[in-house]
Amino acid sequence: MHQGKGAVVATSFAAWCRHRRAKPVVFVLALLPFFYLVWAAVFDQLGANPSQALVRSTGDWTLRMLCLVLAVTPLRVLTANPMLARFRRLLGLFVYFYASLHLLCYGGFDMAFDVTDIAKDIVKRPFILVGFTAFVMLTGLALTSFNRAIKALGAKNWQRLHRAVYLVAGLALLHFFWMRAGKNDFAEVALYAAVLACLLVWRLWYRIRQSIQRPGLHVS
Amino acid sequence: MLIKTSDQGFVHPASSEITPETLYQSRRQLIRLMAGGVAGATLASWASREAFAQAWAAPGQNPVLVGSRTSVAGAISLEKVTEYKHASSYNNYYEFGTDKADPSKNAHTLKISPWSVQIEGLVKKPGSYALEDLLKLSAQEERIYRLRCVEGWSMVIPWVGYSLAALIKKVEPLGSAKYVEFVTLADPKTMPGVNSRVLDWPYVEGLRLDEAMHPLTLLAFGMYGEVLPKQSGAPLRLVVPWKYGFKSAKSLVKIRFTDRQPATAWNKAAKNEYGFYSNVNPDVDHPRWSQASERRIGEDGLFDKKRKTLLFNGYEAQVGQLYAGMDLKKNF
Repeated sequence: MHQGKGAVVATSFAAWCRHRRAKPVVFVLALLPFFYLVWAAVFDQLGANPSQALVRSTGDWTLRMLCLVLAVTPLRVLTANPMLARFRRLLGLFVYFYASLHLLCYGGFDMAFDVTDIAKDIVKRPFILVGFTAFVMLTGLALTSFNRAIKALGAKNWQRLHRAVYLVAGLALLHFFWMRAGKNDFAEVALYAAVLACLLVWRLWYRIRQSIQRPGLHVS
Repeated sequence: MLIKTSDQGFVHPASSEITPETLYQSRRQLIRLMAGGVAGATLASWASREAFAQAWAAPGQNPVLVGSRTSVAGAISLEKVTEYKHASSYNNYYEFGTDKADPSKNAHTLKISPWSVQIEGLVKKPGSYALEDLLKLSAQEERIYRLRCVEGWSMVIPWVGYSLAALIKKVEPLGSAKYVEFVTLADPKTMPGVNSRVLDWPYVEGLRLDEAMHPLTLLAFGMYGEVLPKQSGAPLRLVVPWKYGFKSAKSLVKIRFTDRQPATAWNKAAKNEYGFYSNVNPDVDHPRWSQASERRIGEDGLFDKKRKTLLFNGYEAQVGQLYAGMDLKKNF
């Protein structure tokens, strides 16, 4: 049978995913934005308002990681590459990593680690409250991400719990939307919304198709 | 001939004439104190002269435009002037893009010559005023103002221009004129941002006539001893130092005198977030962020606590009486 170029690439990518070094490589790649930001902060490459640049870019990277982790399952199915699932937890924890940095930058650079000020701010401003809620939910998911937690909860319950990531995505998007609403600037918000919508619509479509073809089998 | 006297040439003073040592020492102290005081005063004036001179350091990017020293009260801030590289690269000028770096990248397309400003509405002398005439209408002065952006950051900028009042007096507003509307350029050919729907173009700002007549309200043609860079609103713009930055409209093409409060761009976009007055006020928060503090660009480090924002951006002594008896929370 004739194999197209695309198929060759897909096969070698699938082989690469199986490699024992694949995970460390993805780990380092996901850390690159963090290293860049540290480098830029140290060498004054963040522009005129470094603290704001750090708060914004850590937020951006949280959203990007969220898109990436939600893209794992669709890509796994579409490319018939089950090994992609290996990276899901890793990328999920990177969502939490960048979200934590985002919160830390806001709390540190914007609020000078003044806990009462931060608490007041969270209650007072809806867009901060929404972002903070998403962070608290992510904390729950991160804390139950290891194998023993999956065992303790049972696969079904664990999966149900971790569907909260869709809610987190919605809240994160709302947080970003509200932040930009003050300046009427929705171009980037629309981009993330479109990506996340595609990933969610695909899931719905796939689920419906699965339940028609093989009732009882679900995709998370 | 040597005349010998009994006292060998040394006249002893009466003991009553000898100054006691303690007094002698205190006199020395007094002199030292006076000398120190004079030196201190000299040093202080020298230091302020240094602060003043610092602003004159022209970056050499645009034609020179030097202003003479102003006599307007409160018009020279002695705070550290923000570096030109920050003031000319961190801008909000949505006609050239919404990112802070966009205006300095995109504004080179702006055509600032020929340029004229239409004066319209309730005035005795309406008409088109050429930039060349406006430049000469009054003596150019240097003013070092704090600039507080509604987003929570601030700069200190040495502007060159003159009080808008000079132009207003020249065009003679009618008694019925209560407000001044400022319309800025909106050219879709040279301004990429005008094609976006972020705001209702052209950008319009407005002031009450008495605010516009206040000597601190500046019609600026330059900054840092040079003509304005395009991203900062060349060839002429408004600077109202006690209001949030967006009130200081850039690249003016029309000034209209009216009897009705102008519908301003940001107020039209979000009425509950950007009021007509938009005076800097630490006690009136923006719905989505606090206005109690601010970050001084280029000066406050990452780990510094943000500095407290002052009522009317620190110009309360000069402009407070404009708002006497007014509810600043309601009229934000």
